[in-house]
Amino acid sequence: MNRIQKEARKESLLINMGPSHPAMHGTIRIMLELDGEVVKNSEVEVGYLHRGFEKTCEHKTYFNLLPYTDRLNYVSPLINNLAYVMTMEKMLEIEAPERAQYIRVIMSEFSRISDHLTALAAMTMECGAFTVFLYYIQAREEIWNFIEQTTGARMTTSYIRIGGVRADLHPDFKGLMDKAIKVTRRVLKDVKGLLNKNKIWIDRTRDVAVANPEMAVNYGFTGPCLRASGVSYDVRKAHPYLVYDQLEFEVPLGDKGDNFDRYMVRMKEMEQSLKIIEQAVEKMPASSSRAGLMAKGIEPDEAIKASRTKKAEERVNLSPNLQGSEKDVRPDILVKGKKYTVPPKEDTYTNIEGLINHFKFFMSGHGIRPPKGDVYFSVEGGNGELGFYIVSDGTDKPYRLHLRAPCFHIVSALEEMIKGHYIADIIPTFGSTNMIGGELDR
Amino acid sequence: MGKIKPRAYYRETLNGGFIATKINYMLGWGRKYSLFHYPFITACCGMEYMSAACAHWDFDRFGVGMTTFSPRQADMLFVVGTISQKEAPVLKTVYEQMCEPNWVIACGACAVSGGIYDNYAVVQGIDKIIPVDVFIPGCPPRPETILNAIEKLQDKIQHQKQDWKWKIKK
Ligand code: SF4
Repeated sequence: MNRIQKEARKESLLINMGPSHPAMHGTIRIMLELDGEVVKNSEVEVGYLHRGFEKTCEHKTYFNLLPYTDRLNYVSPLINNLAYVMTMEKMLEIEAPERAQYIRVIMSEFSRISDHLTALAAMTMECGAFTVFLYYIQAREEIWNFIEQTTGARMTTSYIRIGGVRADLHPDFKGLMDKAIKVTRRVLKDVKGLLNKNKIWIDRTRDVAVANPEMAVNYGFTGPCLRASGVSYDVRKAHPYLVYDQLEFEVPLGDKGDNFDRYMVRMKEMEQSLKIIEQAVEKMPASSSRAGLMAKGIEPDEAIKASRTKKAEERVNLSPNLQGSEKDVRPDILVKGKKYTVPPKEDTYTNIEGLINHFKFFMSGHGIRPPKGDVYFSVEGGNGELGFYIVSDGTDKPYRLHLRAPCFHIVSALEEMIKGHYIADIIPTFGSTNMIGGELDR
Repeated sequence: MGKIKPRAYYRETLNGGFIATKINYMLGWGRKYSLFHYPFITACCGMEYMSAACAHWDFDRFGVGMTTFSPRQADMLFVVGTISQKEAPVLKTVYEQMCEPNWVIACGACAVSGGIYDNYAVVQGIDKIIPVDVFIPGCPPRPETILNAIEKLQDKIQHQKQDWKWKIKK
């Protein structure tokens, strides 16, 4: 018997909401104790998307578990990659080259925008604003186009690697990026016009599910939900990582901590993110081999054939983003050292040292072996502070890996936030917490 | 020619005669373009499902735009994302509430086979618990793949033997 079934008064009605409910994202169950339409009490049950992430990681090498991190917060996979990779870099005491850091900033800000867009899209759609939903997703589509151009995948990219990034930006990235920024700006403007003064929207979200600053801090809120309550804490400002300290941006705050504030903070944050992207592109150091990247070489199969008889000297035509980064762009985007990075594909295909390095990297028991110890590092994710805690025992697999998922702490406050409100208020409240199953249940 | 047995004749034509095949065709045509679907979305693939449903890819063009969140009104169950052991009974309940005729699409590697999660927590393919008509591979599948799967399902519906009220069951 659930806690709520024991506690509920006899005359009240118990209703089960979810997990298969359109607004519960398929992964949460709420038992409600109702008095008419008012929620008297509730019990939130999580765990419907428990995929054994942490346990699985203990059986994967540090390099191999990267794809699993994509699927945690699947709306902003690049930030998850970043959080894991930065934790590893802290453990290994290495730092990515500057250009890679700027690329990471651009990618993670785009991910943040797509995260906020999706969160608000779901929230508004569940309240009935379907037009807004379509607009938001249109902007997200453009952002994912840009991400796909460079990383080769729309969502599950595994693009940010230990020591840098997988590939340099696509030679023509500017075109799609400008388009994505333009469309996002337009969508934000349109949505502002549709919602900010909309009576229905305000009635449904203003003063609903207020989380005052103490409560937010006590529960361990981070990210937009905390800032909506008026507490100025942003990991990017408080503990700057990458090159965030060289970029100018503001941390938007709300004043009440209700659903409307959570919506407004996200809207404003997206604008700040766009600003960050524009600055980062300006400041990003140019690739030292931009001309070389476009130069023609021989095809991979010819290179392999040639390498059987003589040492290959010529450039090999590998697609810069999908099959392997060129050797000469690597200094800009990856740290030096065979210990941390996969050897360039040209070498693997055409000479024996490269092949041996490749095998050494992937053989079990070899590869990346950080020193003994434990480390925690966090970045500002889409929902808040996204942190990894890794315990290493000196082998090539983590002894223990724990994820600090921001929305876990926010969802734990859901019971208190919806108490005393109507059933209909649960939906925008739940939407504004931006619960992401993969990250919550891991 | 012996005496015509009306009953037997009726039985024969309905199950293979001219009228019956035409009715079969008509029903198939009608059914394939008005698929009300129940999106059972749990995980990452849902994001691609969202993309496929929205203006950019828009699977409404194929007549599957209507989402209903009551399994009793749905013709098609869209299982999108990882089904964990805890979620499995829910999925089965939803499926059992659907009226005949119904179809199921398993979208994404997780729903098809458990995907990259080969562990204690995840059901290794939803075909272990419910019958599936179309499998969509990919982690996550691109929206085009989802559209292709819908076309495949429509093809299947068009060519399958339709079940209708007056049909005499053999
Ligand atoms: S198939 Fe891949 S993208 Fe889809 S739910 Fe499973 S892990 Fe996520």
